[in-house]
Amino acid sequence: MEQTEHQNEIQTEDIELELLLEAIFKKFGYDFRDYNKAHVKRRILQRKQSLGLRSLSDLQHKTLHEKGFIDVLLRDLSINVTEMYRDPSFYAAMRNEVLPILKTYPYIKIWHAGCATGEEVYSFAIMLKEEGLYHRTQIYATDFNPVVLETARKGIYPISKIKEFTANYQQAGGTHSFSEYYLAKYDSAILNQNLRENIVFAEHNLVTDSVFAEVHLIVCRNVLIYFNKTLQNRVLQIFSESLIKGGYLGLGSKENIMFTDIYPFFETLDSKNKIYKKKVHLP
Amino acid sequence: MELNNTYKVIVIGTSAGGLKVLKELFAALTPNFTLSVLVVQHLSPQSDGFMAHYLNKLSHLTIKEADAGELLLPNHAYIAPANYHLLVEKDHSLSLSVSEKVSYARPSIDVLFESAAEVFLDQLIGIVLTGANDDGAKGLINIHQFGGLTIVQDPAEAEVSAMPLAAIQTGKVDHVLGMSEIIKLLNTLSEQNHLGKQRSI
Ligand SMILES: C[S@@+](CC[C@H](N)C(=O)[O-])C[C@H]1O[C@@H](n2cnc3c(N)ncnc32)[C@H](O)[C@@H]1O
Repeated sequence: MEQTEHQNEIQTEDIELELLLEAIFKKFGYDFRDYNKAHVKRRILQRKQSLGLRSLSDLQHKTLHEKGFIDVLLRDLSINVTEMYRDPSFYAAMRNEVLPILKTYPYIKIWHAGCATGEEVYSFAIMLKEEGLYHRTQIYATDFNPVVLETARKGIYPISKIKEFTANYQQAGGTHSFSEYYLAKYDSAILNQNLRENIVFAEHNLVTDSVFAEVHLIVCRNVLIYFNKTLQNRVLQIFSESLIKGGYLGLGSKENIMFTDIYPFFETLDSKNKIYKKKVHLP
Repeated sequence: MELNNTYKVIVIGTSAGGLKVLKELFAALTPNFTLSVLVVQHLSPQSDGFMAHYLNKLSHLTIKEADAGELLLPNHAYIAPANYHLLVEKDHSLSLSVSEKVSYARPSIDVLFESAAEVFLDQLIGIVLTGANDDGAKGLINIHQFGGLTIVQDPAEAEVSAMPLAAIQTGKVDHVLGMSEIIKLLNTLSEQNHLGKQRSI
């Protein structure tokens, strides 16, 4: 008996969750309806609990009526956890397998989609400098969360993270001393200004916004894991259209284009590090 | 013990000493095991899918690292990858997340247990094995609350007893058992499932 009560409770909660996501989309344009539910629900319930609210309907009321509250939910739902050279082997593979090819282009365009607070973008910037490519590269770094983009633009990170960043940098095959790239000031590490010269940080929502033109490399890591199959296909389609023929796509270590619609148009360059190449001769 | 066998899925959490007991467990589960198993073992962030490979070789079950989006199958065990939380969706597919560590852990046992609890209700068995912290205790409460079965490795036998003890302290544990008894119980459940199927043919 207790159980059916639970089932009933869960069902009600799921309905309320759907309504809340609908409300967020209708009112603010952020579309979480095709995100994986387990995770969204976990975050939303945590928020409900920390506010001491009775139900998700109350949370919906707050979202619609309380000015600025959407920013709190946006923060809850966009997981911004990141680090420099996360998964060093991915960066090593990029340096060894992809950059040598990109070198052959006179001008290079790179798109970091879902760049969060920018650590991934600066990791690439450093690598491009070391490979002598930076000066002819244009980097677009996008995220749908304006708050994290602000941090990304500043390029200032807690000094406490530098130890991990440095270890990652070395494992990723960095050729200099990592300390050359930042200035330590109080408890902050300020990344060198010149790393930012060719980076444009911009708001872009992968669910609702459109393609970029003629990109040589797209890096989108640990974003697709939050999307359901339909949404993954839609976003991958956007990536496929944005890439030049022979362009590269780098995903997170647990993301994969196998079993998605774009698979026939790509070849696998590195299956462990999830690096794909758009075919030159499309089927 | 008398059990009303509705079980389809097992979630297991362990940390220090875990590899040894997981090895013992997976080596002993019977062929054509009818349940699906999900495992969170706290690992170092760099571990490279080694454990899944290793366990897969010594087990009748197919054991692999969990991929985002894959559907749970019987006779399969899925290990949470290092640095990702593992969750279960309503449609019984798996989800991964890199969100913040929960009580210093990613993957977190509580995160898996909590999400599985409300998807599988009384079809779920939650097991906490040897380990050095209290991850999993909260999750077991959830499993219990939603009608699942909760089992903890006997702390007297566990290599590190802190995690089993913390779980027992919740007061929501159905059985405290040694490894060999846990194995026997799970194999019995699988066997019953087979018989049940035969009878219904
Ligand atoms: C876990 S972070 C990944 C950061 C970095 N790429 C890495 O792998 O370390 C995921 C990022 O995706 C962003 N994101 C989520 N949904 C998005 C969407 N629909 N459009 C653009 N960015 C999105 C979040 O704001 C967050 O910053």
